[in-house]
Amino acid sequence: MQAFEYVAATSVTQAVSLLKERGEQARVLSGGTDLLVQLKEGRRYASLLIDIKPIPEVNELSYSPETGLRIGAAVPCFHLSNQAAIRQAYPGLIDAVALIGGVQIQGRATLGGNLSNASPAADSIPALIVHHAVCDIAGPAGRRELAVERFCTAPGKNALDVGEFLVAIRVPPPPAHFGAAYLRFIPRNEMDIAVVGAAASVTLNKQGDIILSGRIALGAVAPTPLLAEEAGAALAGRPADAEMIEQVARIAQHAARPITDMRGTAAQRKHLAYVLTRRVLEHAIERARTTT
Amino acid sequence: MSGENQSVEQPTYRVVGTRPIRPDGVDKVTGRAIFGADVRLSGMLYGRVLRSPHAHARIKSIDTSAAEALPGVKAVITGRDFPDPQNKVAASGEGTVNLRSLAHNCIARDKVLYFGHAVAAVAATTPNLAEEALKLIRVEYEPLPVVLDVLEAMRPDAPLLHEDLRTNEMGQRSERPSNVANHTRHERGDVEKAFAEAAVVVEREFRTSMVHQGYIEPQNGTVLWNADGQISVWCSTQAPFDERSQIAEILDVPVSKIKLTPAEIGGGFGGKLSVYLEPLAAMLSKKAGHKPVQMVMNRAEVLAATGPTSGSCIRVKMGADRNGCIVAAQAWMAYEAGAFPGSPVDAGAGVIFAPYRIPNVRIDAYDVVVNKPRAGAYRAPGGTNAAFASESVIDELAEQLGIDPLEFRILNGAKEGDRRADGPVYRRIGFIEAAQAAQAHPHYSAPLAPSRLDPTGKNPAIKRGRGVAAGFWFNWGGKSSAWASLNPDGTVSLIEGSPDIGGSRASIAMQLAESLGVRFEDVKPAVVDTDSVGYNDATGGSRVTFGTGWVAYRLGQKLKQQLKERAALLWDVSPEQVQVEAGMFSCNGHRITIQELAAKMHETGGPIVAGDTFESEEYGPGFGVHIVDLEVDTETGKVQILRYTAAQDVGRAIHPSYVEGQLQGGVAQGIGWALNEEYVYDADGHLLNASFLDYRIPTALDLPMIDTVLVEVPNPGHPYGVRGVGETPIVPPAGAVANAIYHATGVRMTTLPMSPARILEALGKV
Ligand SMILES: Cc1cc2nc3c(=O)[nH]c(=O)nc-3n(C[C@H](O)[C@H](O)[C@H](O)COP(=O)(O)OP(=O)(O)OC[C@H]3O[C@@H](n4cnc5c(N)ncnc54)[C@H](O)[C@@H]3O)c2cc1C
Repeated sequence: MQAFEYVAATSVTQAVSLLKERGEQARVLSGGTDLLVQLKEGRRYASLLIDIKPIPEVNELSYSPETGLRIGAAVPCFHLSNQAAIRQAYPGLIDAVALIGGVQIQGRATLGGNLSNASPAADSIPALIVHHAVCDIAGPAGRRELAVERFCTAPGKNALDVGEFLVAIRVPPPPAHFGAAYLRFIPRNEMDIAVVGAAASVTLNKQGDIILSGRIALGAVAPTPLLAEEAGAALAGRPADAEMIEQVARIAQHAARPITDMRGTAAQRKHLAYVLTRRVLEHAIERARTTT
Repeated sequence: MSGENQSVEQPTYRVVGTRPIRPDGVDKVTGRAIFGADVRLSGMLYGRVLRSPHAHARIKSIDTSAAEALPGVKAVITGRDFPDPQNKVAASGEGTVNLRSLAHNCIARDKVLYFGHAVAAVAATTPNLAEEALKLIRVEYEPLPVVLDVLEAMRPDAPLLHEDLRTNEMGQRSERPSNVANHTRHERGDVEKAFAEAAVVVEREFRTSMVHQGYIEPQNGTVLWNADGQISVWCSTQAPFDERSQIAEILDVPVSKIKLTPAEIGGGFGGKLSVYLEPLAAMLSKKAGHKPVQMVMNRAEVLAATGPTSGSCIRVKMGADRNGCIVAAQAWMAYEAGAFPGSPVDAGAGVIFAPYRIPNVRIDAYDVVVNKPRAGAYRAPGGTNAAFASESVIDELAEQLGIDPLEFRILNGAKEGDRRADGPVYRRIGFIEAAQAAQAHPHYSAPLAPSRLDPTGKNPAIKRGRGVAAGFWFNWGGKSSAWASLNPDGTVSLIEGSPDIGGSRASIAMQLAESLGVRFEDVKPAVVDTDSVGYNDATGGSRVTFGTGWVAYRLGQKLKQQLKERAALLWDVSPEQVQVEAGMFSCNGHRITIQELAAKMHETGGPIVAGDTFESEEYGPGFGVHIVDLEVDTETGKVQILRYTAAQDVGRAIHPSYVEGQLQGGVAQGIGWALNEEYVYDADGHLLNASFLDYRIPTALDLPMIDTVLVEVPNPGHPYGVRGVGETPIVPPAGAVANAIYHATGVRMTTLPMSPARILEALGKV
């Protein structure tokens, strides 16, 4: 492991100016559960780590039924699962957060880090996408927003420009009769990176038999987490029944463009995209029916 | 659920069969135990290894000058710094090792033979500096064609790993060089005729992948090559004396110059019988001006460059008559030895049909080199691959004959006087008893619902099945030496040389306590360095509780004899007149305890000490029969183990908790091997999954509680009836799981691991 400098940034402005000054040489440090491992194994190099945890704004977690959820980029995952109101409103996100590592990792790992690390298999990203989450980004030119589904650009690469970093993730409040879920497939029951991940969200009519709108997102089947737009579009206005679920799952499967690697074969992933979409959609509908 | 204990006959013991707390327990759970990587010496340097990025290449040149020039670097070595040992064979665990192969495996000379093969090493003042220095070493390679698969390596046109390797073809040396190091055949009766007459014949081909032991503690070595030529080694090893010899040969120094101290060991399972780092650390120490050097592998190095066990291709054909008697069995077995000859294929040939009485047999066994790490021993080496194949075929035979699979195994089960397929005749064994215990266990008759709904609650996609399989291991006696000395308070210090990897300090101390007639708590065992005790064979081959236990028993008898003499002296009688009962010595109304005798030892003739060394060939083999219930998610291919019961003839369980632990541990590893563990290489021979993230051993969430049934058929060759127990339990699981998957899904899996992707393929889902 190579030696690096460490700065504990105390303001957004300070972090931005350091990032701008040091360019590619600098990396943001949040929980460090990805970054420190990567540095140690020589998979990433950095001469400067900018710790954003001392910046007050990136540590804020707020939720209200009117404005929704705002998750500071340095908020550890366990804070989310800890709050009943958040668990209730964002079930898909909570499914994903509960899967990231174990108790110790969740005490340190952040959603900001999970997203910025831009792994195609990151568990929280498909869930954030189906919850319509948006990135709040600070940079030399001020603030900008970007939908989560447009944030990752390639494995390990994101849409942040030099000098920019992620301040928070904003998730809009769910509409009435909304449900969401996330499921991943791993060969064991713990310790694995998703072979495929699938998230679904639906908004039902009052009777709970017609889907008004919905989203499907997949992980580990493309270079980035994938919003399966055609599958989502195929949900709108359809009865929430087995035939629809089967069709949408096939459309999602079609959108998957997986590769073969040591974690799974392309054929297996393609098949799992179908199976998991079916299962996760079923689950999201179930949840939508039980919320008011 | 807890374990059970079924004993054929139960003599009354005071210590044997109880469950005291192990002497090393507190240090281990509080983190005070000193493992190899905890050793700290003043002025210690840190060594790191440069490893080959190629699976097969000629080394054209190595330039270490830039690394040597880096401040803080104290020594850089390559293969050229080492003498070249002869093709000489030495003992290693239950097997043997060719010292030249071993030396070339520790550090490459002209060629690298697998991804991760050591090429150079550096010692520096910090680990980070050593790591940085590695990047400054320039190695010029000429890449060579790579051969990874055992069948491809056997083809006459395959790329050759060793130009000088000839096949030992049943005793004849082949003309042409080959990757096939050895071909052995065991034959009895007339298999062709028997197959022609059989009512049912099943024949299948099985493949298994290379897998690793997965011990938690990585290899490490700390070495001081002193200015006076004395070499001190601290390391994690199962075989202090064998490794001492290996280091002596590789460095070309007399064995007496080396003192090896076995540190506490964090698992070995056969993987710590030969040296990797120690000779390098020694050479670095010498070159750095006699400074101590510590080397510790990381997990990627452990997986890529230590001694996993062979992948294999096994073809099995078995036939039975109408009555369900197996009439013939044939096996063709080819095992990957990795980069140097020495796969456990011959042991596999001994295991493959061992539980059964079979009149006509032919077994062909091939040892084949490929561009993968040199195979080491792994718990019942070669046995799991073999039993996976034979137990799958036996299950199929039973099914075709319409006989219950356990009944079929009992019907054909080997007994005392039967001859094992590869030769020897069995003495008293407990296969039938173990199979009957499994049959009688409530698990075997418990109802099992055939399927379950998937997580959506709509689809009966999850299928359940039950499977059984048997397994065998030879066990081993080996040589052990130990000392015992009586303390003035009546306690005993026990000095042994068998590294404790499974609770053996306790099991050995218990046997001494039983033999002498003292409490377990009165025996203080210590595992010491190679200068401080006589020779001991490795902790391997399930031999320590048997072999070192024998010595402990004899030490107890020797001490007791001396105590009788002391009592006789006090009472002025002859020693033969003194009676002993549970630590109480008596004669003609006189009575004296061991404690009282110990307190008087200096008045009655001085210290009371016994030393002994012993080897017994009468280790009895072990047999196990396992039952597993599992479910298969037929849409994802994932297998979940629901219930597992392992019955085994354990001879006599000295400390039942540790025997149960051995059974449970073997099963856990066997299930990992069955379901997800495998070395994944790309076409060029790069290991892709050299981490515990992607080399998937089971986690606590993947296994149910594993129930055990300890069947005690005492081994007549041991004073307490001990048989080895540690290896047998890893033999049946892969076959049992495969059979259960078949009963759940109707599909016979013939490749390990039976990973979700493979199951989906077999089910025709992808
Ligand atoms: C044992 C273990 C188990 C794990 N299990 C899982 C799992 O099940 N599922 C899963 O998805 N992941 C898992 N992970 C990966 C990791 O924990 C998560 O991705 C985590 O959410 C990363 O968050 P972090 O705060 O630790 O990120 P860090 O390591 O601090 O950062 C990750 C990357 O993002 C960059 N970054 C961080 N914050 C910002 C920001 N605000 N703006 C710009 N860039 C930023 C960093 O520079 C770095 O490149 C596991 C890791 C470990 C060690």
